[in-house]
Amino acid sequence: MSRKTEWGRGLVHLTLLLLAVVCIVPLLLVVSASFSDETAIAEYGYTIIPKSISLYAYRYILSNPSQIFSAYEVTIIVTIVGTALSLLISSCLAYALSRRDFAYRRGFAFFIYFTMLFNGGLVPSYMLVTQTLHLKNSLGSLILPYLIVPWFVLLLRTYFSEIPEPLLESAKLEGAGELRILWNIVLPLSLPAIATVGLFIILMYWNDWYLALLYLDDSHKFPLQYLLYTIMQNLSAIKANPMPGMAIHLPGENTRMAIAVLATGPILFVFLFVQRYFVAGLKVGAVKG
Amino acid sequence: MKSVRIQGSRRTSRSSFIVTLKRNKWLLLLAAPATIAVILFSYLPMFGVVLAFKRYNFTDGIFGSPWSGFDNFKYLFATRDAFNSTINTVYLNALFIVFSLLGSIVVALLMMEVRNKWLVKSYQSVLFFPYFISWVIVGYFAYALLNYDTGTVNRLLEAAGLDAVQWYTKPQYWPAILVLVYVWKNVGYFSLIYLAGMLGIDKEYYEAATMDGATRLQQIRKITLPLLVPLITIMVLMQVGRIFFADFGLFFNVTQNSGALYSTTDVIDTYVFRTFRVLGDAGMATAAGLYQAICGLILVCISNWLVKKVNPDNALF
Repeated sequence: MSRKTEWGRGLVHLTLLLLAVVCIVPLLLVVSASFSDETAIAEYGYTIIPKSISLYAYRYILSNPSQIFSAYEVTIIVTIVGTALSLLISSCLAYALSRRDFAYRRGFAFFIYFTMLFNGGLVPSYMLVTQTLHLKNSLGSLILPYLIVPWFVLLLRTYFSEIPEPLLESAKLEGAGELRILWNIVLPLSLPAIATVGLFIILMYWNDWYLALLYLDDSHKFPLQYLLYTIMQNLSAIKANPMPGMAIHLPGENTRMAIAVLATGPILFVFLFVQRYFVAGLKVGAVKG
Repeated sequence: MKSVRIQGSRRTSRSSFIVTLKRNKWLLLLAAPATIAVILFSYLPMFGVVLAFKRYNFTDGIFGSPWSGFDNFKYLFATRDAFNSTINTVYLNALFIVFSLLGSIVVALLMMEVRNKWLVKSYQSVLFFPYFISWVIVGYFAYALLNYDTGTVNRLLEAAGLDAVQWYTKPQYWPAILVLVYVWKNVGYFSLIYLAGMLGIDKEYYEAATMDGATRLQQIRKITLPLLVPLITIMVLMQVGRIFFADFGLFFNVTQNSGALYSTTDVIDTYVFRTFRVLGDAGMATAAGLYQAICGLILVCISNWLVKKVNPDNALF
C-alpha cells in the first residue's frame, strides 16, 4: 500500500471518529450530569466525566416513584398496544396492496397514499378526537391517530411484492387461504421488513409527546416524554418570571437528566437488539425508492 | 331495443362486479381495518377545513357556526406572523435539505472506504443513534450545551476568554443551531440510504477504473456520484415536496418554544399550534393549516411531475 493511500485511510477514520464523537457527546453530557452532584453542576457546568459522582438523582426518583412509574406504565402500554395493532393492520393492508391480482389495488393504494399529500390539519383533527370521538384524556388518543402511517405501508408493500408469485400460487393450489398465505409464507419471509417497520412504529409511540401535548390534561396519564417536556417547560417558565418559593417543587438539574436517561434507556436497548435487521430492511426500501 | 341492450350490459356489469367482489373478499377484508382507520383519522378531518371559512364558536360547533367567507384568510395574511413563519419554514427547510444532503453523502462515501466490517457497523450504530432520540430529549441535550449558567458551550467560551452568550434570547444564532441539530439527528439515517445505493453499484466499474489507474477520488467523481444521481434526485424532490411542513418537535422543543426567538424560529406548524391552543382562534388556525396544506399539495404535484420525468418508476402516483 502506498504512503498516500495510507494517509487517506487515516483521514477517513479520523473524520468518522470525530463525527461519532459529536453524535455521542450530548448523550455523555446528560448521563454524566445525571450521576453528578448538584453543586458540581452549578460550579463546573456539564462535563463529560462527573466531577463528583452522586447517585442522589436516581435515589430521589426511586424514593418518590409514583409519577415516573405511572409515566412508564402509560408509555409501555401505549407502545405495546399501538405497535401490535398498527403492525397488524398495516401488514394486512400492505399484503392486499402487494397482490397483483387484487382487483381494487390501484384504488386502495391511491386512497391510502393521498393522505401523505393532503390533510385537514391540526384543528379538524383535534376537533375529531376531542368532540366527535370523545377521546380527550384517554389512552386511545395516544394510540389511534398513529395507527396507519402510509410511509410504513409503502415500505412493507415494497418488501412483500418481492416475494415470487409462483410461491403464492402453489400455496393456493395446496388449498391455503389468503390469511394462511399471509401468516405462514409472507410474514416469515419478510422478517427484516417487519422488524424495520416494527422498530419505526415502536420509536414513534415511545418517543411521542405531541399527542399528549394535544389531548392530555390529566397528569396521571402523562407518558414519559411528555412528563419530561412538562418538567422542562415549568423550569423555563420559572426562569422567565422567578417567583420565590416556586422553585422548590422542581427537580434539580441532575434529577431532570436522570429522568431523561431513564426515558431513553429502553429504546436504546431495543435499537441495539433490532439493528441487524434494520439495515437489511431499510436497504430494500431505499434501493426501491 | 336500445334501452334493453343498455339494461343488459348494466346487469352483466353489476353481476361481474359482484363476482370480482366475491373473488377478492379476503383481500378486501384484510384491507378493511386499515382503511377504516384512514377514513376516520385522515379523511374525516378534511371536512373540518370548512372551519377556515367560519367564525367558530363552541356552542354551535363546526357546522353550526356562522360563515365568515374569506375573513380568516384576510386576517391571517394581514399579520406579519404568517408571512414571517412562511419565510422561516421554507428558508430553514431549504438549509436542512442542502446540508443534510451534503453531510450524508460525505458520510456515506467515507463509510465506503472503511474495509473493516466491524468498524463500519460501529460507526453506523453511533451515527445512527441520534435518529432514535425523541425531540424532547434532544431539547435536553441542547439545553445541556446552551444554557447560560451551566451549559458546556458557555463554559468553553469562558475558558477561551470570551463572554458567555444568552443563547435562548438571541434569534440571530438559531438558523445555524437548528441546521446543526437537524443534520446531527438525521445524517446517520440519510447516509444509510445513500450507502445502500452505493453498495448497489456494480463492482465491475471500479475494477475497470482501477485497471486504468484511476485514483479513489477520480472513481468517486466519475462513477459513484453520477450513478447516485437518480437516488439523490428522488430524495431531494421528496423533501422539497414537504418544504411547507416543518418538523414540529425540532422547532418546539429545541428552541424551548422561546418567544424571544420567534423572528427566526417560528414556522407555520408552531404558528398554527399557537394560534389554536394558546390564542384559541380555531378559524384562523384552520385557515393557516389549509394554506399550508394547499401549498404543500401543489409542491408535491410539481415534485412528482419532476420525478416522473427523471425516473417514472419512482413517482408516487
